[in-house]
Amino acid sequence: MFGLNTKDTRLLILVAILVVLAPFILNPFPENSAMAQFNAGYPDLMQRFVIFGIFAIGFNILFGLTGYLSFGHAAFLGVGSYAAIWMMKLLTMNVVPAIILSVVFAGLFSLLVGWISLRRSGIYFSILTLAFAQMSYSLAYSVLTPITGGETGLQPKLNDPRILDGALAEGATPKANLFGLEMGASYELGIGGWLFTLNAGYYIAGVLMLASFYLAIRIFRSPFGMMLRAVKSNQQRMNYTGLNSKPYTLAAFVISGMYAGLAGGLMVAMDTQAGPERMFWTVGGEVVLMTILGGAGTLIGPVLGAGMIKYMENIISKINSKILHEWFAFMPDGVEDFIVNILYPFIGKGWHLTLGLIFMAVVIFLPGGLVEGGQRIARLFGRGKKASEKDASGKTTPAE
Amino acid sequence: MGILEVKGVGKRFGGLHALSDVNLSVKENTVHAIIGPNGAGKSTLLNCFVGKLIPDTGSVMFDGQSVLGRKPHEINQMGISRVFQTPEIFSDLTVLENMMIPCFAQRDGAFSMAAYADMMKDKDIVGRAEAELEAMNMADKREMNAASMSRGDKRRLEIAMCLSQQPRLLLLDEPTAGMARADTNNTIDLLKQIKEERDITIAIIEHDMHVVFSLAERITVLAQGTPLVEDVPDNIKGHPKVREAYLGETQVAA
Repeated sequence: MFGLNTKDTRLLILVAILVVLAPFILNPFPENSAMAQFNAGYPDLMQRFVIFGIFAIGFNILFGLTGYLSFGHAAFLGVGSYAAIWMMKLLTMNVVPAIILSVVFAGLFSLLVGWISLRRSGIYFSILTLAFAQMSYSLAYSVLTPITGGETGLQPKLNDPRILDGALAEGATPKANLFGLEMGASYELGIGGWLFTLNAGYYIAGVLMLASFYLAIRIFRSPFGMMLRAVKSNQQRMNYTGLNSKPYTLAAFVISGMYAGLAGGLMVAMDTQAGPERMFWTVGGEVVLMTILGGAGTLIGPVLGAGMIKYMENIISKINSKILHEWFAFMPDGVEDFIVNILYPFIGKGWHLTLGLIFMAVVIFLPGGLVEGGQRIARLFGRGKKASEKDASGKTTPAE
Repeated sequence: MGILEVKGVGKRFGGLHALSDVNLSVKENTVHAIIGPNGAGKSTLLNCFVGKLIPDTGSVMFDGQSVLGRKPHEINQMGISRVFQTPEIFSDLTVLENMMIPCFAQRDGAFSMAAYADMMKDKDIVGRAEAELEAMNMADKREMNAASMSRGDKRRLEIAMCLSQQPRLLLLDEPTAGMARADTNNTIDLLKQIKEERDITIAIIEHDMHVVFSLAERITVLAQGTPLVEDVPDNIKGHPKVREAYLGETQVAA
């Protein structure tokens, strides 16, 4: 179906079902139960899942296929954001031009950065991209303040030109919309003790994520995708086989930059603001972590990695010592305090510590990421039945 | 006129004259061997043919066109394929994918932005890749990961990849270096078979005399960056200059 083979079609349909049902799947606990803080089915977080999913899918086309490790993709996310916010200030609060322009501008900027950075490979390439990202951040933070709003960033204001929209009433706030459907519009569905939120912005981002995912599958299965894997495998053989590896890597770089721009544009569509912190190098580092954690070079891995990191960032960081005390209240007081004291550094603001440990464990024991973990579990259960069948997400190759 | 004409080629690395005044002519549809002791400049010369090095002086013409200043992929597109000393293959890919890449390169050129097509549905390319695997007796290995093959099979795959492009000139850089005797003999048989079955010119660099004399129709002996003699194998065997270059006999000692 859709020009894909059976396994890929199955994977695409599975991801589509997960995206559609996410508000339900991610809210497994009733609203007033003690476990409700583990619910992730609120719009803000679900939007971040799919947006960072897009970012990671695109990054994987560069890093997973060609092996070129860029630390500078935050710059393209930022450029996409600024392009989108300017469309909202100048043209219309409708998200369509904002999203299109964010992809275009990020693509142009990544063409420039890629053209220069790809003169080197390996660690030198990584350093060049990092340098570009930090320069972009500095420019956005201070030098280009008239365009970027400096430290405070940009937001749509009441008196922006917005030539396509009618004038807003005094005191109204401009809201991002898709032909009138507001991104913030939600339908709340209460069933028993459960409360599910179906949010327009989330589903729009979700549809774009599915389209991005579909395109990524097509690229993975295309001759172009095979050439990108050839770049990673043996550039010398490639060149002596009559193929010019340079335009291939540059094309992969620009495609991944456009994915990052789309993610940046969607962020603006959801929260209608853009600031320089989106260009900070840690954002570029985060997408590297997502891709490796999920499984670089696999189709579904980056999405899983993005989901996992965003879940931990939002949920584990919410747990505080009071909640820990509640959980271990059944224990004798001394033991309870002892356990809470041990766990305390790993929760709340210490969630990075937990992430670090999980990341180390994955890199050491599962070099193919979460996808490899899934494959091993699948093999344990369906040994005889599926012995010859490989996992739907394709080959796992450990990240370098 | 040979298909490959080398005239007055010289190359210096600092104070070292790696090559000086090399003249060479490889005739079409022959096997031409370039032999010589270590450090004679064989590999340097080969690198001048494929675009890895540019000589300081002289000219290298392939089929009437200069190859100098062209990039390796451009020279390949002219019809020269190269087999490396240690097999250079795409080890992360399957054997079939390894075979498909050169087929794509030959049909679609050095760069093609076919990012939306399904490569396995490209009947033309898959068919060519499979036919070549069949011809090289490797059809049963098509789904195998190239990295997990034996060294002899990697060599065979690399040669198959080069042949799938139907090159006019096949360059082999010490194809049996580091191989066991049995693997060496297999490679010799394979090259003989290729020679018989196809219209192809082969230039081979080798220091294993057994390989050279079983294959070559013409031999150039290189020593200290200059060709000593160029002749048919029978005349090379007992040639005093060749013995001198290989055994280190000098006028004084003699």
